[in-house]
Amino acid sequence: MSMTATVGRAHADPHHIGLVVEHPGPAPKRTVTAYGFWVFLLSDIVMFSCFFAAYAVLADQTAGGPKGSEIFEQRNVAIETVCLLLSSFTCGMASIAADVRNRFWFYLGMAVTCVLGLIFLAIEFREFADLVSRGYGPSRSAFLTSFFSLVGCHGLHVSAGILWLLTMMAQVFAKGFRADVLRRMMCFALFWHALDIVWVGVFSVVYLLGSGV
Amino acid sequence: MSDQTHMPVEHDLAPGEEEQHSVGERITGYVVGLALALLLTATSFFIAGTNLVWQPSIPVALIVLAIAQMGVHLVFFLHITTGPDNTNNVLALAFGLMVVFLVVGGTVWIMGHLNQNMPPMDQIMQMRQ
Amino acid sequence: MPAVRTVEAMMLGKLDWSAIPFGQPIPLIAGAVVLVAILAVLIWVVVKGHLPYLWHEWITSVDHKRIGVMYILLASVMLLRGGSDAIMMRIQQAVAYQSQGYLPPEHYNQIFSAHGTIMIFFTAMPFVIGLMNLVVPLQLGVRDVAFPTLNSVGFWLTATGALLVNISLVVGEFARTGWLAFPPLSELSYSPGVGVDYYAWSLQISGVGTLVAGINLVTTVLKLRTKGMNYLRMPMFCWTTLASNLLIVAAFPILTATLAMLLLDRYLGFHFFTNEAGGNVMMFMNLIWAWGHPEVYILVLPAFGIFSEVVSTFSGKALFGYRSMVLATMAICVISFMVWLHHFFTMGAGPDVNAIFGIASMIIAVPTGVKIYNWLFTMYGGRIRFATPMLWAVGFMVTFIIGGLTGVLVAVPPADFMLHNSMFLVAHFHNVIIGGVLFGAFAGFEYWFPKAFGFRLDERWGKRAFWFTFTGFYVTFVPLYVAGMLGMTRRLQHYEVAAWRPWMIVAAFGMAVLTIGVICQIMQLVVSIRNREALRDRTGDPWDGRSLEWATSSPPPVFNFAFHPDVRGEDAYWDMKVAAQQQSLDHTAPEYHDIEMPKNSPTGFVCAFFATIMGFALIWHIWWMVILGGIGAIATFVVFAWRDHDEYVIPAAEVARIDRINLEERRGLVSMAGMI
Repeated sequence: MSMTATVGRAHADPHHIGLVVEHPGPAPKRTVTAYGFWVFLLSDIVMFSCFFAAYAVLADQTAGGPKGSEIFEQRNVAIETVCLLLSSFTCGMASIAADVRNRFWFYLGMAVTCVLGLIFLAIEFREFADLVSRGYGPSRSAFLTSFFSLVGCHGLHVSAGILWLLTMMAQVFAKGFRADVLRRMMCFALFWHALDIVWVGVFSVVYLLGSGV
Repeated sequence: MSDQTHMPVEHDLAPGEEEQHSVGERITGYVVGLALALLLTATSFFIAGTNLVWQPSIPVALIVLAIAQMGVHLVFFLHITTGPDNTNNVLALAFGLMVVFLVVGGTVWIMGHLNQNMPPMDQIMQMRQ
Repeated sequence: MPAVRTVEAMMLGKLDWSAIPFGQPIPLIAGAVVLVAILAVLIWVVVKGHLPYLWHEWITSVDHKRIGVMYILLASVMLLRGGSDAIMMRIQQAVAYQSQGYLPPEHYNQIFSAHGTIMIFFTAMPFVIGLMNLVVPLQLGVRDVAFPTLNSVGFWLTATGALLVNISLVVGEFARTGWLAFPPLSELSYSPGVGVDYYAWSLQISGVGTLVAGINLVTTVLKLRTKGMNYLRMPMFCWTTLASNLLIVAAFPILTATLAMLLLDRYLGFHFFTNEAGGNVMMFMNLIWAWGHPEVYILVLPAFGIFSEVVSTFSGKALFGYRSMVLATMAICVISFMVWLHHFFTMGAGPDVNAIFGIASMIIAVPTGVKIYNWLFTMYGGRIRFATPMLWAVGFMVTFIIGGLTGVLVAVPPADFMLHNSMFLVAHFHNVIIGGVLFGAFAGFEYWFPKAFGFRLDERWGKRAFWFTFTGFYVTFVPLYVAGMLGMTRRLQHYEVAAWRPWMIVAAFGMAVLTIGVICQIMQLVVSIRNREALRDRTGDPWDGRSLEWATSSPPPVFNFAFHPDVRGEDAYWDMKVAAQQQSLDHTAPEYHDIEMPKNSPTGFVCAFFATIMGFALIWHIWWMVILGGIGAIATFVVFAWRDHDEYVIPAAEVARIDRINLEERRGLVSMAGMI
């Protein structure tokens, strides 16, 4: 396209700004992929915000059922929080290992992340099962509805994250640190860290603020 | 193009990507982040259960601590910076946060007023008694 | 016997023969006709041996242009379906004075719910997303969108949603709750049938598709611009695409969450919106409109972009006030998230809340007004050519101002208390959606059709279509304004007030005129396809365009551009044409390179196949099939992630051959442009 090589001056800068920062062209694939995923994460967080809003509106609609302070066990929540925090750290270690293409540390980091995630899920599952068995299931009251949905939605995300984590390990095992695998690893790390941020909101708003009610 | 100064610019960084650092520096970043996050978490849990501080301040303190911890995560784990190569990422984040704020804040505000003006059925029942 | 029944319940869930509406002739005949038509097309495709072509070139295509065309095709088919619903409603209200009319209430309620759902989600949305898909990468001077395969997934999931809504015509029923399924009516206790489930699951599935499209286009605009395409050099349509897709990304998760809550209520006995156990019905209104209001701007912003392109091209001038237009677009993008309460002023949030949202709603009219003036000033002093796209644009300006003004009227809370849920409101939103979105979609269709297919559309039939639609619109909807002022509420299956009747009859007559408009549109397509050789556009630039999509051939090669164009200002292609005239063409042969393009992939189609199975199974509580569909969808993605080669190479020689043909045609155009 030879015409593109020479461009007219007549309309080139109608506002005569003088200083023009030239856009360098399409971004590299790694940036594009990660940015797209970043945008997805923001949309996911907007979705969480609806469940947060629902919890805020329905938190005191206990319909004669238990209040938050009666069912929350802070010790469990503290253990869950520490698990997720540590897993965020190990996930970060795994990303560094992936960047320097060190298989051992990558597998180790991911495995520990996975185990910590599973512990988190096990505690959450036990909490839910215990509540349901006491008759405090999500259909007991609007408060419990919003509690189960918000915390459960986060739990579902963690479960999906663990499936993704295992897929990533399998991919590195089968394909090595290929460019597309590294891009996915980067997105996975973003996802896992974002879940941790959502959990900060959950334990602060649901468990700690909710215990005060 | 004599009247224009052309500034060549680099591409933006991908979200979550760090600027060029050695492995040691990167690990240090995560360690600092973890330490700060654990500290803030511990403070939150402590404040929620203590009688040592003025009680009405607790919800505000918890929210402030939560926001601070989210900030720590963003900076140390997601490597969000104020640098020019991060502008796009930060703008997207800001837009997302604005929407989150509007949805949560708006909902709480609107529903608060609604509940006050038109209380749910069970509250009307209680008022009648 | 009970054992047999349990096995049946396990195998088929709630599904049995009573789901087929044997007693109702209208849906049954309509369904049978559609089924026969689909079968006939399928048989024709298979017998004629077109199946491999369709599979390789369209169904598995990840080319943004092809996907855009498929989106628009889906939208057009759904426009006919939603339009039939509209015709039925208008006839019903024309005859149902002091009588039951010809539609029983339960059927009439399904029709208005389906009409709204289909027109918004499966006509307007796919139409604008299709146009954005088709045009934006071309305008940005790039080879594809950011995530080509996901693009295909997004399209096919949207198609899944449309399919499920249409299956409800013959298997079971559709929602009778209106297009937003307000609880408590949509809760299990008041809508025990599968109608609301059809509604919710089809929107959940197509919502995922829309979200994917939104993420894709945001990333494309922000990260994939050609060299020199600074933000303030992007064509206006790219800006409105950015704004609209930012809104998609931010608003659609709200819809997903809200519908998920409704589904949890219905399936698992949760209490988000129930009357019992502390549920709050009003929270549904609040959340659904927090999505719903941005949604109208998701639809209308791309239309604004199309009008900007059309008005500037057919006035032969650069867009007036480009920067103010950008600012107005982004202002609308932000403010649209601050007005949602004006959809439920009457529900009792009180004066201070109502006042703030009322004022915000009036403020959002300001940037819209800025846009109208910019278009007018673009036309002022220009050499205006009234080709069909321009007619739609001018028709839009007149119509949209009326719709906007009635909108500002209902943004005043006291006025809204009078007009809420009346026919006045119905007239208002049709005024902005038909006058804004649909006219915009048609303008874009006429404007970019030559780019997509390489031949122009017949102008005579196009103008007929415009005038019939334009007139038909006013004859249909002005009477609805009047009826609303006379106190007629919306969604009435029959009525007893004599004063409303004449207006309903006029509206039905208007609907007939609108229908002629649609028929003209179809005729235009048929006539143009038959005369395509005479209408052929060999230059790639049939309208003397200004932006980069006109710099490549029509239809563009699969790689769009042999080189990433180097952009130095607004109206990039116009500048190139001016430069070429002034300096005569540079004849040195450019050096071509190999181009890597993403490979076709059946991922989208297979994924949508499983999503359809899963959606259908969820609606009918067939749990084994849900699990099957879910596993299938996940497996599809893992298989997709496992492939080793996702790109193929177009050799430099082939690129050179295609580009030289394009350049030859273009030289002819430049020498002709010298004569203008």
